[in-house]
Amino acid sequence: MRRRPFDVLLAVSVGLVLAFLLLPLLALFLRIAPRDLLSQLTSEVAVDALVVSLKTSLIAHAAVLLVGTPAAYLLATRRFRGRSLMLTLVELPLVLPPAVAGIALFAAFGRAGLLGDTLDAAGISIPFTQTAVVFAVVFVSSPFYVRLGVSAFEAVDPRLLEASRTLGAGPSRTFFRVALPLAGGGLSAASALAFARGLGEFGATIMFAGSLQGVTQTLPLAIYAQLDLDFDVALALGAFLVVVSVAVLLTVKLLPSWTRFTSISLGPSARFDSS
Amino acid sequence: MDALHIDLARALRAFRLELTLDVDGLVALAGPSGAGKTTVLRTIAGLARPDSGRVALGDDVWFDSESRLDLPPERRSVGLVFQDYALFPHMTVAENVAFGGGSGTAALLERFGIGELAKIRPGELSGGERQRVALARALARDPGVLLLDEPLAALDSHTRARVRGELRGLLAGLEIPALVVTHSFEDAAALTDRIGVLVEGRLIQGGSAAELVAMPSSPFVADFTGSNLLPGNAHATGDGLTEVVLSDGSLIVSTDDLTGEVGAVIHPWEVGIARAMPLDSMQNHFHGAVESLVPVANRVRVRVGPLTAEITAESAARLSLAPGEQVVASFKASGTRLIPLA
Repeated sequence: MRRRPFDVLLAVSVGLVLAFLLLPLLALFLRIAPRDLLSQLTSEVAVDALVVSLKTSLIAHAAVLLVGTPAAYLLATRRFRGRSLMLTLVELPLVLPPAVAGIALFAAFGRAGLLGDTLDAAGISIPFTQTAVVFAVVFVSSPFYVRLGVSAFEAVDPRLLEASRTLGAGPSRTFFRVALPLAGGGLSAASALAFARGLGEFGATIMFAGSLQGVTQTLPLAIYAQLDLDFDVALALGAFLVVVSVAVLLTVKLLPSWTRFTSISLGPSARFDSS
Repeated sequence: MDALHIDLARALRAFRLELTLDVDGLVALAGPSGAGKTTVLRTIAGLARPDSGRVALGDDVWFDSESRLDLPPERRSVGLVFQDYALFPHMTVAENVAFGGGSGTAALLERFGIGELAKIRPGELSGGERQRVALARALARDPGVLLLDEPLAALDSHTRARVRGELRGLLAGLEIPALVVTHSFEDAAALTDRIGVLVEGRLIQGGSAAELVAMPSSPFVADFTGSNLLPGNAHATGDGLTEVVLSDGSLIVSTDDLTGEVGAVIHPWEVGIARAMPLDSMQNHFHGAVESLVPVANRVRVRVGPLTAEITAESAARLSLAPGEQVVASFKASGTRLIPLA
């Protein structure tokens, strides 16, 4: 069959999109030899950044999972006045510019901030500490987890939760034995995406926590700092983050086939459907 | 056994549900969809809250609006079988049954003939098997009352007849009260001893299936029950048919294959009325006087002995039927369906 001009136009568009998106990533790996890449990763500044990122991300992620999971469950399974408003408020940071997040954190927890006097009196100073990094990461990553977590719990047939109750299981046993396993696939995907978002956090962190090597300088901040000092280190860290991102994406894509109960399609609003 | 006492009032979208019912055996709530039947079950189980009323099993009060008592579902001794069974998809059959607690999971699986399915997940089960798992799971907790929401609705028509027979046997062996909700009068008659007809939130008539068929209190019940139900004892004849000896000693034949205590179900529109013994293919005949003539739209319901026939108004006029006239009511063996009553 003869190809119509419109089909050609569509194909060219896809080609341009992919080329534009992949060329920079490819360049990252082509500018530096694999062996140099590894040796640059063991440089002091890179190792420091890795340690800071890993530590702050893990602490932040643990907090997000621990508080975000029950919060998502409540928002997904109860109908009450103000629920839509709450969901919208949770979604707000998703569309907020990171620089706004940074200045907002300052306004709340900074010396002159809303809680500044209270924290000062308790002898706590948050800005430019690792705690500040954790705060920034939680602020940008928790909305991802909670919003997607709500969708994951909403995909669980409410009748299964009711069946559990009529079989003698109280609310907490119902949560752990029925809701959590059935939403597991969706929650894992949400967790992976939130972790990736937190790991890549830049704007809020550099404003609220600064970029102090070994203390608050995370991987993205180290890339920025090394841009002028040692371009090869910046390249190596960038390549490393690409690998991590690919791993996260693969995890999310492969999850549904492991769990069989929920599937995820990554759209602009990343919806979950029950399979 | 402790009886379940229900006294409920709740405003639903289009009407108000008001129901008082005592369940001390096998009872069915039958009625059209949207009559509030499922709401009744959910309220008993504690999954929905009535505006006012009382739910108690014997002396054990579960809900009482006056004393503001409302036990959560897990503290009510109830087994609920959901319409689509609501089996946990991430657990095996054995895990599903064991979820409700109790130690006798293995014995329960055997009793329901699902021992071999113990390690299978619900996704791989047939409709009939799912129902048995759901029943075993509901009973594993050793509840004081069993509630079934449209237990046969999720099954295809072929499986349905067989599962209905199995379910009847199972319910009859229960030592606790059971309340079955169904939109099918036939299912209600086959599964339970007493039927309450629920329409728009109100119980409009209660009684045995035969009573409802014979003495409908309203046109709705007459229409809902629809069928004739003749109790009798069935045995196979040599030529592949089933002969049913009715309680008055008369004989009818059916093409259905069933023996023992049965109810013969004949739809009124399958019954023909003649002035004299007809020479046709019908095998079953009742001689008797016309007891009543009730017009229903463009048809007339003619009562002859234990049978209701539904014929066109035109036929009734042509035969110039009147109460007291001697007629013959006839129906085919193939139009006579048998449901187990034992």
